[in-house]
Amino acid sequence: MKKGRLSERAMRVVFTAAACVCILAVALICLFLLLQGIPAIGEIGVGRFLFGMTWKPLENKFGILPMIVGSLYVTVGAALIGVPVGVLCAVFLARFCPERLHRRFKPVVELLAGVPSIVYGFFGLTVLVPLCRSLFGGSGKGVLTASVLLGMMILPTVITVAESALRAVPETYYEGALALGATPERAVFTTELPAARSGVTAGIILGVGRAIGETMAVVMVAGNQPIMPDSVLSGVRTLTANIVTEMGYAADLHRGALFGTAVVLLAFVLLINLCFRLLKREART
Amino acid sequence: MKKTNRHLGSRVLRWLTWLSAGLTALTLLAVLAYALVRGLPNLRPSLFAWHYTSKNASMLPALINTVTVTLCTLLLAVPLGVSGAIWLSEYAPRGSRLVALVRLTAETLAGVPSIVYGLFGFLLFNVTLHLSYSLLSGVLTLTIMVLPTVLRTAEEAMLAVPDLWREGSFGLGAGRLRTVLRIVLPAAAPGILSGVVLAIGRIVGETAALIFTAGTAAGVASLLTSGRTLSVHMYALLSEGMYMDQANAVAPVLLALVIGLNALSRRAEGRLKNR
Repeated sequence: MKKGRLSERAMRVVFTAAACVCILAVALICLFLLLQGIPAIGEIGVGRFLFGMTWKPLENKFGILPMIVGSLYVTVGAALIGVPVGVLCAVFLARFCPERLHRRFKPVVELLAGVPSIVYGFFGLTVLVPLCRSLFGGSGKGVLTASVLLGMMILPTVITVAESALRAVPETYYEGALALGATPERAVFTTELPAARSGVTAGIILGVGRAIGETMAVVMVAGNQPIMPDSVLSGVRTLTANIVTEMGYAADLHRGALFGTAVVLLAFVLLINLCFRLLKREART
Repeated sequence: MKKTNRHLGSRVLRWLTWLSAGLTALTLLAVLAYALVRGLPNLRPSLFAWHYTSKNASMLPALINTVTVTLCTLLLAVPLGVSGAIWLSEYAPRGSRLVALVRLTAETLAGVPSIVYGLFGFLLFNVTLHLSYSLLSGVLTLTIMVLPTVLRTAEEAMLAVPDLWREGSFGLGAGRLRTVLRIVLPAAAPGILSGVVLAIGRIVGETAALIFTAGTAAGVASLLTSGRTLSVHMYALLSEGMYMDQANAVAPVLLALVIGLNALSRRAEGRLKNR
């Protein structure tokens, strides 16, 4: 098929170029962050940056271990809250939900995904923080509050992906289990859920990726002290919060250290993405 | 049936799934209800004054900036995303390396946290290209951020167009370009539209990617001056701590925008399915 028309060929080039913008964007993001972050990390020292316990920019101490641990705590906490509820809700939607309720419930999940993170942050700051303060004392800001809020925020991601994974399991699995005398619940939890395992896990990982990258909501409820959290009630600062709270006034090495924080964050996110891709591939085969 | 339901573990499990669904619905209900209850009584005419002053903390300039940013971002991201999708679904050779790479990077972009977009936009547009804090810089950053959303939904919509239609068009003597523009794009329009609405939702709700690129100036901004969108406005008010009433009032406006957009998107999708 030979094409003589000039416009035909020109547009083909345009379309190809447009598709390649994604590649360019990822390359540029990595390039710019690394160019800013790596020299600073080098100057501070990789070990002292990644495993340093104190973050005191005024004294030139840039250890982000408390923030890494903070991000991990908060993300794990979010998963502990969001994953059971999300997966059970997905099971409900995929199997037990009456058809008419399902039509009503789908928009609920979509809307939950659409609420801006600043509104979640506002909700956390004005509802969850006072609630936590009156229940457990202290400031109310900390690992627990941030985990609950993030758990709420990752629900729609987990539910959507897990539900479609469950629906992709052949109906015969369920029927086979029923025929062997299992109760419907048992059939779902012992045959369908294991069969959809990699899809459900992919949803969980996607949710975890959301949680670790979330900024605006976390910064409102986590307390933001750059110290190692010693209980679920103590304040933490996440990697994202570290960037957003100090970027406005940072200069020189301090600024570089913040870009270094972003590099570490990006590394976490890319790792999570990689897991997600691998699991999705497994789910397909 | 009666007999199986007497099994205790099963009943507990069934009960747990209902409970989880209830919790999920309750979460949304709590967020919405709280925002409305706290926000609506605080909605005063002074919040829609044309000029922002430290006395009225008007949200109208932020609302206008939100519209500007949304329109400009769509103006860039939609042609770019749809063109890319056209290549992926209509032109790209099956199983090519480049297709795999585009898909991989698009998926990666979709997972990058918005704060990272903010830093990147700041470095590329504000520092390297000397745009300083401006709506334009924010628009360019958001364009990259919503690109994967537009690309993916547009591609899916185009792949759903039956091949028979394309073959018919070729059979009548149309070239590939004409087939794409006259047959595939119109048929895929509702799907593309729902992706665009999703993108609008992300733009309207975005904060972290904008504070370091578009900045937080409170007035009505042109493309080359700093300005805040509604979400950034809410963040600024909350973090300043002096305008809690006004911040409360922003929440229902933001939510109304998001809910309206969601309804639009569902209608577009419905039209796609009903065809």
